[in-house]
Amino acid sequence: MADYSGDWHPMIRTLGLDTLLRRPPTAAQPAAKAAAPAVVASGRDLRLDLFRGLALWLIFLDHIPENVLNWFTIRNYGFSDATEIFIFISGYTAAFVYGRTMRERGFVLSSARILRRAWQLYVAHIFLFTIFLAEIAYVASTFDNPLYAEEMKVLDFLKQPDITIFQALLLKFKPVNMDVLPLYIILLLLFPPTLYVMLRRPNFALAGSAAVYALTWKFDWNLPAYPNGVWFFNPFAWQLLFVFGAWCALGGAHRLGGLLRSRTVLAIAIVYLLFALVITLSWYYEPIARFVPNWIGEWLYPIDKTNLDVLRFAHFLALAVVTIRFVPRDWPGLTSPFLQPAIRCGQHSLEIFCLGVFLAFAGQFVIAESSGGPLLQTGISVLGILIMIATANLISWYKAIEGRTPSTRVKPADADLAGGEA
Amino acid sequence: MSYIIVAFTALALVNAATAAPASDCDVSESLIASDSDLARVAQAINERHRLNITVVGSASSALAGPDGARFAYPARLEEALRQRLPGNEIKVTAHIQLKLTTADMVPALPGILAEDKPTLVIWQAGTVDALRGVEPEDFRGSLESGVDLITAADADAILMDMQYSPRTESMLGVAPYADAMRWVAQQRGVVLFDRLAIMRSWADAGIFDLYATTKDYAMARHVHECIGWALASQIINAARLDAAKMQTTR
Repeated sequence: MADYSGDWHPMIRTLGLDTLLRRPPTAAQPAAKAAAPAVVASGRDLRLDLFRGLALWLIFLDHIPENVLNWFTIRNYGFSDATEIFIFISGYTAAFVYGRTMRERGFVLSSARILRRAWQLYVAHIFLFTIFLAEIAYVASTFDNPLYAEEMKVLDFLKQPDITIFQALLLKFKPVNMDVLPLYIILLLLFPPTLYVMLRRPNFALAGSAAVYALTWKFDWNLPAYPNGVWFFNPFAWQLLFVFGAWCALGGAHRLGGLLRSRTVLAIAIVYLLFALVITLSWYYEPIARFVPNWIGEWLYPIDKTNLDVLRFAHFLALAVVTIRFVPRDWPGLTSPFLQPAIRCGQHSLEIFCLGVFLAFAGQFVIAESSGGPLLQTGISVLGILIMIATANLISWYKAIEGRTPSTRVKPADADLAGGEA
Repeated sequence: MSYIIVAFTALALVNAATAAPASDCDVSESLIASDSDLARVAQAINERHRLNITVVGSASSALAGPDGARFAYPARLEEALRQRLPGNEIKVTAHIQLKLTTADMVPALPGILAEDKPTLVIWQAGTVDALRGVEPEDFRGSLESGVDLITAADADAILMDMQYSPRTESMLGVAPYADAMRWVAQQRGVVLFDRLAIMRSWADAGIFDLYATTKDYAMARHVHECIGWALASQIINAARLDAAKMQTTR
């Protein structure tokens, strides 16, 4: 087995975690236990929590259609959106947390933990689906405006509840805005073997992931959806971002260090972000559109979200490069009280993500029932985020009284270390 | 007796519809502005004083209920153009292709074009595609081939996108299809009638409560009346027809 000490992310090395992460020659447990308190004292890269928390807020806002606050979300200012951030950070933390387990406790135990996590996500998804079904059934039974006779056909699936529910259990039936969790579930199901390879040959694993991505584009691979079509987030394409996150967590970011510090790379990233900004704005503002030559649009369009278009991936990378440059790991802002709410939300991502989906349903429902305008939309969006923050704090409190908070924990790290849950 | 009442009500509704003040349906200029023009329409009106329009669309181009066709926007458009372009012979023919995706509509186009010989085709699309989850890319391809057929038949084209339907918005993702239509219109230099944005602007301005759980036809008819009126405005604008000169007081 190779020695990985050279490969670790600087963050891990500074903490002395690299020695910890190496497969221990003898018993892993005592070493881990001894090291754990020191690790957790400063072991979190709060940036991961912060940006995942922000991504969760943005996903929530984007999930309320026609929300005036949508204009504040990043998808209007570039090619990529909060989903990329969420999936990347999820891959990063998954590798960080389960990579450690896999080294210390072996393949079987770490796989068991990963699969347990996937199961939690599955249960959460089905729970959200139940709420969705209740809302839809209500709309179907009360809303009968002849103006929308055609649009209401979207509710036809309610005529066959047996098939619909069964297809939902198979993750094939995914209502709008409920497709991120199924993607995440598939990514986790495939993660044990990926991680196994990643720990031994990280570059090989990343290359394999990129190859699957390329072949997906070539052969149009995707999973089937019900009643027709394919998955909105193609797992064969989006795995690239997840695996890339994992690769970065397991030393890749360190290897990229030189590139990340290069001024040229920074300049390219900024230019690309500005380019994406202009192009994206030109879709909304006619005056800007006049300055964008047709051939550029012809060449760019469409920017495929389903298959994680290269332009989107590149946009995410550019955002990451700029973010890392201007928000260093020890950025004082990370401890500022203003950012704590977002960090808290990022630390409990599964709960807050599900809550966000639910709140988006509920918010939409309230807006519909009260025929609300921009003021109500804003109120509901703000209230939703406040509920997310309060819930994140409540979960932290629960974990604290159960002795599971990082500052009191002595047992080996689970998914809460370094960027919250995997 | 009941027949008489129905007939009477229908008559009242017709009157109400035709007498509806245009201000109700007002649409901001920017929503019906277009970079593309309707040169063939302009020529037909200016030189031949007649305009044949064909509407191809799915269920949202029609209205169910008693006498639905008379209240649906194709008929309202015809009426609005007759009023606003007096002295011209205006004919609007609607071909409602229920439940057909855009890909399935394209093969029907040559027949329709040959039969109607329209100067202008208004092609309403996207809703069925969104319902069926057609790949937006495939949808775009079908639209492009359809627009090419229309242009090849020497007709102008207006693409009409989906209705704004806030109640079904969380279930029916229409945005990618609306984007594709905007794109095709821009690339092919045809006019887009952005029904989605226009209806949204009416909802935002409080002109229509599109969340309303009414089963009544009155609102649906009023919306169609306004769509017909807005379409007429867009046609007059894009064809640079001097409506003021021709328009009688309304």
